[in-house]
Amino acid sequence: MSLLEVDDVVVQFGGVTAVNHASFEAEAGRITGLIGPNGAGKTTCFNVISGLQRPTKGAVRFNGKAVTRAPVHRRSRMGMGRTFQRLEAFGSLSVRDNVRVALDIHRGFRGIVRTPGQQRAEIDGLLERVGIASYADDRADSIPTGTARLLELARCLAGSPKLLLLDEPSSGLDETETDDFGDLLKDLAAEGMGILMVEHDMDLVMNVCDTIRVLDFGEVIAIGDPGMIRSDPKVQKAYLGYSDADDDAPGSSGPGVTVGKHVDEAATLVIPALTKEGSA
Amino acid sequence: MQTFFAFLIPGLFTGAAYSIAASGLVLTYTTTRVFNIAHGAFGMVLSFVFWDLTVRQGMPTLLAIFLVLFVVAPLIGFIMQRLITRGLGNAPVSVSLVVTVGLFVGLIGFAQQRWPESRIEVDAPRFVAPFWQGFADGDGVPGWQIPGVETTVTGHQLITIICSIAVAAALFVLLNRTRIGTAMRASVDNPDLLRLFGGKPDNAAALAWMIGMSLAGLAGILLVSALGLSYFDLTLLVINAYAAAMVGRLKSLPMTFVGAMGVGVFESLLVGYSTDSELLSTIRPAIVPIFLFAVIVLAPQAQLRIGQVKGMVSAPVPSVPRMGVTAVVTLLVAAVYIARADDVSLLRLGTAATYAIVMLSLVLLTGYGGHVSLGQLSFAGVGALTYAQLGDFNLYGLLVATLVAAGVGALVALSVLRLTGLYLALATLAFAVIMEKVVFKNDTIGFGSGGALEVGRLSVPGYEFTSTGAYVFMMVVFFVVIAMGVLVVRRGVIGRMLIAMRDSPAACGTLGLDMRWFRVGLFAASAGIAGLAGALVAGLRGLIGEADFIFFNSLPLLLLAVAFGVTSVTGAALGGIGLMLLPVLQAESFTEFGLDVPLGGVMFMIIGLSAVLAARDPNGLANYLFRAGRWVEKRLRARLEAGLPQLTTADGAVDGPTDGPVDHTPAGDTHAHTHAPDGVVLVTQEVSDRVAARG
Repeated sequence: MSLLEVDDVVVQFGGVTAVNHASFEAEAGRITGLIGPNGAGKTTCFNVISGLQRPTKGAVRFNGKAVTRAPVHRRSRMGMGRTFQRLEAFGSLSVRDNVRVALDIHRGFRGIVRTPGQQRAEIDGLLERVGIASYADDRADSIPTGTARLLELARCLAGSPKLLLLDEPSSGLDETETDDFGDLLKDLAAEGMGILMVEHDMDLVMNVCDTIRVLDFGEVIAIGDPGMIRSDPKVQKAYLGYSDADDDAPGSSGPGVTVGKHVDEAATLVIPALTKEGSA
Repeated sequence: MQTFFAFLIPGLFTGAAYSIAASGLVLTYTTTRVFNIAHGAFGMVLSFVFWDLTVRQGMPTLLAIFLVLFVVAPLIGFIMQRLITRGLGNAPVSVSLVVTVGLFVGLIGFAQQRWPESRIEVDAPRFVAPFWQGFADGDGVPGWQIPGVETTVTGHQLITIICSIAVAAALFVLLNRTRIGTAMRASVDNPDLLRLFGGKPDNAAALAWMIGMSLAGLAGILLVSALGLSYFDLTLLVINAYAAAMVGRLKSLPMTFVGAMGVGVFESLLVGYSTDSELLSTIRPAIVPIFLFAVIVLAPQAQLRIGQVKGMVSAPVPSVPRMGVTAVVTLLVAAVYIARADDVSLLRLGTAATYAIVMLSLVLLTGYGGHVSLGQLSFAGVGALTYAQLGDFNLYGLLVATLVAAGVGALVALSVLRLTGLYLALATLAFAVIMEKVVFKNDTIGFGSGGALEVGRLSVPGYEFTSTGAYVFMMVVFFVVIAMGVLVVRRGVIGRMLIAMRDSPAACGTLGLDMRWFRVGLFAASAGIAGLAGALVAGLRGLIGEADFIFFNSLPLLLLAVAFGVTSVTGAALGGIGLMLLPVLQAESFTEFGLDVPLGGVMFMIIGLSAVLAARDPNGLANYLFRAGRWVEKRLRARLEAGLPQLTTADGAVDGPTDGPVDHTPAGDTHAHTHAPDGVVLVTQEVSDRVAARG
């Protein structure tokens, strides 16, 4: 039984179908990537899974229980944590208090038995783990974007989730920070946490994900490990508009063409991060 | 059946006027995301302008209509959009609502000042005649009798109904068949994207405000002959428009039209059929607010918004020792003042303490929680009424009054459990009007219409507060204790959660917080505090009546709370004093420089304007006091520590550990990396620099 099962989910906004019969799973202890071009419906899928968006059709099961109609907070209490593509930090509070709030919510009255010192040590431990301890006293609306994303992760970890939904978590991080972040994700998965990640940094996705689901126009067009996804013609077509199989593909003259690193959500002309088979 | 038709026609008339007003409201909301609470007040002012032009200055009616609807109203709309409401659509509801409530109160003040009731002009009676009185079927009576149903439709009614249909059709065509209409709809979805494609969202918003203003004016002009020139009746008619707009979910013009007609007809038929029923007669004055409340309750569940404006710089929370010192000093100052004050001054101080306690309830609800209550004084009324009806003028009575008010607050929040922001605020407004019209005026369970109940002074075991001075001092003690309680809450777990909920409800939900019940608790606590204030002021006055808790009075209360600082207890204290002084100053006249200007309306104008200006910074005037205090403290410390080259650490020295300093760093500026967590840290830095400079 998978930790998370998304079954034939459809989301329609008026005449627009944002998610079209999408079905996929996420396993405990594994990192699953959810990728796709802009507007593919990835964040809408996350909203459906976390309860911020009710699906037009379909079902979501978490830990064997149907949660399709469960409110947001109940899913969280069942062990679902999530970060956001557009930051949702508590801007008026310090970084430390952001995590403190998460702990308070998670523990409820059980938190009373902990001394302030114990709680502070616990918070600082979480901030240390995600690498933002030096920002602990800063207001959350004054820290850089990448740091705020890590803060959202620390906040999630305060709730000891079974499943982490990470929406573009590496956006705003530099190369070294991204590498450290990848290591952290692997550690978390090794501890048994399931991770479902929407990400545009393909190096990160290919390096850390055990399996990848590719969405395009709201449909899952490919499922497989990073190697399979790299060489899938449908995926290449979705990202590049052509695939290796096409005769007129610019990269078809020879293997090993690396096409860029990042897909920028804000840019219209993007160079996808898919590294073609055989490239360095 | 005759009764039905006899009341159907007037119902269609009022419904048509409501639909015109509601269409303007929906248009401005769908285009700019600003819900204009002052829509009716604009209609009222434009009606007065129309009356001024036609009756006082003798201008031909058609020319006056043209001037008001096509020159004055669009000009006001343009100025409003450019100077006041631009960018307000992205602000939290608590800010945009307060701005328009400020306009609401300010416009009433303006009308009172410009066209005072006390000024009687023989040549210009305060009356506007209906239009097209020549429309008749020859029997000498204005109006045309509809065959078969023995009821008459007047020319004015016919014009109004035709106008409403024409307005609905024109707006539909404008929004759906024209380029500017498409731009208006696009500007609310994504103004930046519209700008990218060469559109001008500001112009679209300005046009919406100009049309909205004209429609408010048209509705006012059409209704003024039926309602009379009244500052409040015309202004509060907008509540009916709110109800209609809610039927259309604030976006559908056809449904708004249907809703308005429904409200008008239902209200009119109720007048016809309620004469035999005591229950219907009782609820009739409040039928529209009840309808509004019901429509809000039935509204679909709001989805949590993602990607909201982050972070608000709030007033610093004092440390516990500082709290204690301030409390003692406050009580000492109050004791000295009370010992020397006469009875009038004592009553004024007691009234100020009452308002300050109610404002403390707003600090909790609005300042920390980010929710707006447009009827907070009604909860105070519930407390006063309970205390008076119970007749136990002791701590038990106070406790019951507090708990009943808290229970009513919880009920209001419970009924709109699934909704947030604007809907919640409108629910409190509907609640306040229902309380005023149905409960407070009731002879059995309320104060009685125009009546008052006697209330005794509080007694505790071994002591009775018969002396006014002692009673007022006790009220100040209550204020101090509740203020400390509010601050303790803010410093603790609940306070952090309130701020978190205000900053990002979506994040709170995904962290596992059930915000619905949290909000019910918050409303209950806030209403309970207001209820306690109501019970206390009832004891102070000895006589308490429904006039003390009319709906309208909640609005200046909210505005002064915001203007003086709704995020701090200091703001509440100052706001309480300000509100107490309001009627005192209103009765005065400005007589300097050879002038004799009565201040009645001016005070409302000042309050409205200050709220409009202050709403974007809810820390209010108290903020400037804090800054001045910190500046003095910083200088003193710097002088002291300049001679001691010993650095202190920021830890422990931070006075307000969670909220940081009150400055004007733009919220959400994710690139501003360095940020001093507290003024004290700045001092430390200054000392450090000096030491470094000395080597």
